[in-house]
Amino acid sequence: MTDYVLQVKDLHTEFTTDNGTVKAVNGVSFNLEKGKVLGIVGESGSGKSVTAYSIMQILAGNGNIASGEVLFKGEDITKFSEAQMASFRGRCCSIIFQDPMTSLNPVYTIGNQLEEAITLHTDKRGKDATARAIEMLELVGVNEPTKRVKQYPHELSGGMRQRVMIAMALACEPDILIADEPTTALDVTIQAQILELMQDLQKKLGMAIIMVTHDLGVIAEMCDEIIVMYGGRVCERGTADEIFYNPCHEYTKGLLRSIPGVHNMKERLIPIAGTPINVLNMPKGCAFCPRCDAAMKVCLTEMPEELLINENHKASCWQNVKKMMMEGGAAND
Amino acid sequence: MTEKYLLEVKNLKQYFPVRVGTFKTIPLKAVDDVSFAIKPGETLGLVGESGCGKTTVGRSIMRLYEPTGGQVIFDGEEVNKKSIQKLRQGMQMVFQDPYSSLNPRMTVEDIIGEPLDVHKLYENKAERREKILGLMELVGLNAEHASRYAHEFSGGQRQRIGIARALAVNPKFIVCDEPVSALDVSIQAQVVNMFEDLKDKLGVSYLFIAHDLLVVHHISDRIAVMYLGKIVEIADADDLNNDPQHPYTLSLLSAVPIPDPIKARQKQRIVLEGDVPSPLNMPTGCPFRTRCRYATEQCAAECPQLTDRGNGHFVACWNK
Repeated sequence: MTDYVLQVKDLHTEFTTDNGTVKAVNGVSFNLEKGKVLGIVGESGSGKSVTAYSIMQILAGNGNIASGEVLFKGEDITKFSEAQMASFRGRCCSIIFQDPMTSLNPVYTIGNQLEEAITLHTDKRGKDATARAIEMLELVGVNEPTKRVKQYPHELSGGMRQRVMIAMALACEPDILIADEPTTALDVTIQAQILELMQDLQKKLGMAIIMVTHDLGVIAEMCDEIIVMYGGRVCERGTADEIFYNPCHEYTKGLLRSIPGVHNMKERLIPIAGTPINVLNMPKGCAFCPRCDAAMKVCLTEMPEELLINENHKASCWQNVKKMMMEGGAAND
Repeated sequence: MTEKYLLEVKNLKQYFPVRVGTFKTIPLKAVDDVSFAIKPGETLGLVGESGCGKTTVGRSIMRLYEPTGGQVIFDGEEVNKKSIQKLRQGMQMVFQDPYSSLNPRMTVEDIIGEPLDVHKLYENKAERREKILGLMELVGLNAEHASRYAHEFSGGQRQRIGIARALAVNPKFIVCDEPVSALDVSIQAQVVNMFEDLKDKLGVSYLFIAHDLLVVHHISDRIAVMYLGKIVEIADADDLNNDPQHPYTLSLLSAVPIPDPIKARQKQRIVLEGDVPSPLNMPTGCPFRTRCRYATEQCAAECPQLTDRGNGHFVACWNK
């Protein structure tokens, strides 16, 4: 029996807009093991961030979880009251956002904001809370933490602010940390510092991480398991090695071909044709079908089922079905 | 020897006055003594972290800023206030943000046609339209898009409009300022390929400014690395990636996340300590010495100059 801290089952999240209902997340399921790093990768509009926000229930006013379950240690948190959610956030599961510039409150000091989280979720008050705040800043590698707690966010650089965000998220030792594009706004050398820090802290504190990003490089460096999302659905899932070395969904294959890596420096890149999906106008069959080179008739009308490739790998692509039928046919002959 | 370069930048300096206190201003040295040259048909990549002055270099070359000092020679002619009007027919720029660099009140036809109007490159209306449609075809836009407005297009298509506009005057040289950073991964490859195709077809040279080292390596013949307003290393693209010399280049390359799990696990990251110093309060001597692990007293005393290490590989470092 594997120890799952989080299980997401057939999650559907919708947004009501003037132009109709947008189904941003369309039946996403995954399990998060204790102490593992799960990567969710996809381009803008794929529903990766909305999946993360749905878990935390911090969706915009016009969004709601239409159906599905989110089980935290066996308990369905979609049924939680707002008060229960308030204590869930921060203590059980924390989130850090893409933009450290706008996710800190500019009119409160760093210390003030850190202590807020600590006093809300633990019984530490006053001096104890300040001491814990300083301890957390030290843990995330902020220099001169006693001085920093009295400073305001604008006095810190982007990398430092992201460290403060991480300190705040981890202050109550949550079981899960959701990182929504944590390094996209940062420079590569600072990105390396933050990724290193997250790996260190993960080893030290043993929390599970959900890493939401569009950067396949970050995913390759950080994650044990990967979910590839397109058009609000999971199109492929598996261990990092399986996804990178044995991609079985046409979108994943296209994505890997289109990025410059070490192997294709001298060759022409092979882009994915077309433009990203319009979520208001989703195709009936496979979401990737309009951009897929290998699309077949069945892709237009029928959603592919998730197919087991091997014990570490599942993909939802009709091509795999076709391949299996051909192999099966050959075996019968 | 000088004739064979299309663009020569000599000791370019760009300082911006910053007010500190009521009466005092101090110069912010965004670009400090930068020199390089680009051959016809060559792509030079310019990389560095935000705030290192790479965008300013591009804008100073285009004379969007009046440089504080130094010389830019384009096609044998010095770029200055007087000549820039004419020279912009030979050099153009593509901007980073395809959302704010296109006028929302102009149709695509007018956006692409504007450089043609400015430089009076057509005889009559029919020729203008013909040229515009030709350019649109070149960058992969349909003719029916001509009467649409910029907001009707996706990011990748907008970047194509921006590129068509830059190509309208038939330039020999284009400054590309982070042209793919604002695009989705799957769209980036389309635009990168288009830049490479146009280079083959039209023989244009690029100054390709970006922070994504893998993209820059893919598209460039040579790469220059900038740190705090100075070029610290400049070399052939493969040479720079296989055999980086400057400690900053070394850590920059090791910081790039490689989309390959096995390589990523084997890789030794050289994590730089601390942040980039403020350009208002630059360290003496070598600008990188505050974060460099090889720093010596000499580095604090004097700034190293770019010196040739063979094969056109230039490095500015005392210790390497």
